[in-house]
Amino acid sequence: MVLAELVEIKERELAARKKALITCCLAAGCMSSDGKLVKEALDRAVKDAGLESEVEVRGVGCLRLCCEGPLVMIDPPGALYQKVTLADAESLVGTLKGGTTSVQRGDPASAFFAKQMSIVLANSGIVDPERIESYIARDGYFALRNVLRELSPAEVVSEITRSGLRGRGGAGYPTGLKWATVAKTESPKKFIICNADEGDPGAFMDRSVLESDPHRVIEGMIIAAYAVGADQGYIYVRAEYPLAIARLQVAIRQAKQHGILGSGIFESPFHFNIDIRIGAGAFVCGEETALMASVEGRRGQPRPRPPFPAESGLFGKPTLINNVETFANVPPIILNGAEWFAGIGTEKSKGTKVFALAGKVKNTGLIEVPMGIPLREIVEHMGGGAPSGARIKAVQTGGPSGGCIPADHLDTPVDYESLTKLGSIMGSGGMIVMDEKDNMVDVARFFMEFCMDESCGKCIPCRAGTVQMHNLLEKIIARKATARDLQKLEELCDLVKHTSLCGLGMTAPNPVLSTLRFFRQEYLDLLAVETQRKTSPPAAPPAPANPA
Amino acid sequence: MAAKVFTIDGQQITATEGQTVLDAAQDAGIAIPTLCHLDGVMDVGACRLCLVEIAGLNKLVPACVTKVTDGMVVTTNSERLQRYRRMIVELLFTERNHICAVCVSNGHCELQSLAMTLGMDHVRYDYTFPKCAVDPTHRLFGIDHNRCVLCGRCVRVCWYIEGAGTKNFSGRGTQSRIVSDLNAPWGNSRTCTSCGKCVQACPTGALFSKGAAVAEMEKDRGKLEYIVTAREKKQWIV
Amino acid sequence: MSITAAPPKAASVAKPPEHPSGDKRFKILEVFIKRQQQRQDSLIEVLHKAQELFGYLDDDLLLFVAHGLRLPPSRVYGVATFYHYFKLKPQGAHTCVVCMGTACYVKGASRVVQALEQAAGVKAGETTPDGTLSLLTARCIGACGLAPAVVYDDAVAARQTPESALERVKGWLDHGPR
Repeated sequence: MVLAELVEIKERELAARKKALITCCLAAGCMSSDGKLVKEALDRAVKDAGLESEVEVRGVGCLRLCCEGPLVMIDPPGALYQKVTLADAESLVGTLKGGTTSVQRGDPASAFFAKQMSIVLANSGIVDPERIESYIARDGYFALRNVLRELSPAEVVSEITRSGLRGRGGAGYPTGLKWATVAKTESPKKFIICNADEGDPGAFMDRSVLESDPHRVIEGMIIAAYAVGADQGYIYVRAEYPLAIARLQVAIRQAKQHGILGSGIFESPFHFNIDIRIGAGAFVCGEETALMASVEGRRGQPRPRPPFPAESGLFGKPTLINNVETFANVPPIILNGAEWFAGIGTEKSKGTKVFALAGKVKNTGLIEVPMGIPLREIVEHMGGGAPSGARIKAVQTGGPSGGCIPADHLDTPVDYESLTKLGSIMGSGGMIVMDEKDNMVDVARFFMEFCMDESCGKCIPCRAGTVQMHNLLEKIIARKATARDLQKLEELCDLVKHTSLCGLGMTAPNPVLSTLRFFRQEYLDLLAVETQRKTSPPAAPPAPANPA
Repeated sequence: MAAKVFTIDGQQITATEGQTVLDAAQDAGIAIPTLCHLDGVMDVGACRLCLVEIAGLNKLVPACVTKVTDGMVVTTNSERLQRYRRMIVELLFTERNHICAVCVSNGHCELQSLAMTLGMDHVRYDYTFPKCAVDPTHRLFGIDHNRCVLCGRCVRVCWYIEGAGTKNFSGRGTQSRIVSDLNAPWGNSRTCTSCGKCVQACPTGALFSKGAAVAEMEKDRGKLEYIVTAREKKQWIV
Repeated sequence: MSITAAPPKAASVAKPPEHPSGDKRFKILEVFIKRQQQRQDSLIEVLHKAQELFGYLDDDLLLFVAHGLRLPPSRVYGVATFYHYFKLKPQGAHTCVVCMGTACYVKGASRVVQALEQAAGVKAGETTPDGTLSLLTARCIGACGLAPAVVYDDAVAARQTPESALERVKGWLDHGPR
């Protein structure tokens, strides 16, 4: 592959454009409500109407408003149709000839769409994820070509550093710094791993990115590999995402056929390959040392750090691990420049963040917003507030490692530091809205059960501590707990948070701690009656833990 | 080899290059509680009992896998660390069915002595009373899962010292169990060499020699160290 | 404290890589293992393939994998039991997976599970004694926009209620195993 070929593919693809484009969402959400059949029906309807030469029906990735799927977009005139059924195909195609349709129209100008800012999802819903040409037509692999032909590895690292990009997997570690650390190590063998083990319940951003625009992630990985000097990459995907796996396999095959993976990429001496590794249902494998153990075909148990993966990672070699969304941010940063990216977001949190908005809101689906946007805008304006007049009570971010942000903090800007200050975390991007009917102690119990089941069992505080915390929460919910039990719960939170071996254990108490902080009364209300009278208001000061 | 000078509980100590905090502390006669650590076997930092505080670091680190650096200031025995250690041992007691009075290792058990040194005299959490099996099928040894603390010492000696790979963890979380081969009765294992290293490595009465009555099972760690030293330092084998 | 022996299991007998049963699926698995160059780090991929071919992983199959990759059996067993995706027991003719992700949970997935448990007479994670239905729960299938979601034999159904779920499995339960 050389630049001329890339340009040729792009031009050919653009020239082949037909007068009208019908895009059908074929991401998992719409697929599960017959999206695939709708696409086939539209194909037939176009054929029957004799419009094949003028109209293209394209299966695309996520069109975002998952709750209204299957979604179909017809352009021109840029009309979005919701809850499309097989029977609607004919009338939808008819609109291209001046006909009318009774299919429910979505409003692309509504807040849900208008307040989005697309960097990671820029191609999502536009490119055909199963055709590399479709990606190239949107300037795909041009960033890679520029990097390989015009920049030194150090310049790439510096570009990423200056952009201010931070890891999108949850903790927000500066990406440039991570790359620089791996680049600095002297080793003839280094690895790149893309963490696509999106384990947080209530999160489906990475899945959508992989299903909608797999080439973007691959391009980001190749650029990273060049920057740090790696020649082998792995994408670790959950087995629960068969569609994402299938599309990645297609994308990798196409990239190889076009000489974008393999040896002598863009006629440079650089060579790189990517293999897919499929997870097998273990949340802890989102933790980087556990993930590496799993890629090595072992039990996915974390190990103490240091040594950090950047020094001694996969198979003992320096390894760069980034999340799907982080890699997807790389090509646009290279194409548009670090300054462009650094101009978006807040002082410490640059760029955009993709969230999976779900729970008790009218509009659920995938959103990409600039960092720093107030939570209220996401939940109330874009999400449309709670359905059927209920009041929003809290927003859960960060999954089992995060916390519940109460409604009176909805004006908090969404950035790494602000969410951490509220006892939650940015996390990978799950955002679940809760209303007044949701009991916060029950929510805490739900997450504790999750952590208990997902604990790998290696270290004692997490293995046995989560069991005891779960017991105590059950006891509270059954109204059998005393103020002493609540105190024990708080002590265990402190223990597990500070003594666990890995991130799963260290953050397992967060949902309890954050609900205790903002919704303590709900715990007190559930304490057994006789102790409730004695202890409320404020619970008795904690006695020293020393039993002796 | 460059010597490292560091402070531990107010004492200035010299450590050798690459030495762990635990190792250096032990050399200086400072006791740090451990459970999953076994001299001569790779450390995994799993039991969290040897966590220590290091000045300037806001998280606790396991002494067994933390290397000494110059000028490091370590605290091994703060009130907070003592409290955490007691709680960890309490949790261990809730997890399985530890009844010292009927145990072969009574009086020679590391879990028991940890509870005593740490002043853990009762357990404030609910016992979980899991149903655990006893596997008496091996000709010489037995395993009683009721007394297992999942420290993994048996697994590590089996893999790294004996090299047989018979023992491993199965399951995860509280469902974790030590198994032989494909969860076969130990006596049917085709890979076990009956070397007994796992029994010597076990800190409690979970692995025992058959025929030992209550309080009779004493473990001999010296044998393991003897083998490891021979192998690593090539002192009497070439 | 109960003193009971572990249940007896089939003795682990060393076998040559070729499987004596003549079952063609072993041949396919063997080819797959060779294609991985017998690399030990491909254990999880090989177990995926084995489960895809056989539906579940019994001792015989695990041992075949262990020999194929030259790994101690305990290593294969440790990995197969660590990951929840791997099944060591046969599954029902039909499966019903209720998503218990946060979005599904707050929208009533636990009521759906309860209704299904009652109808099938088994707990989540179990298979009906006649082998008709495996009732499972998932951590999150990533269809949060469709909560609560249930996967019936690989087809995702959106916005389920106890009633709609019962309607869906009624036919399976009435007709018994295929």
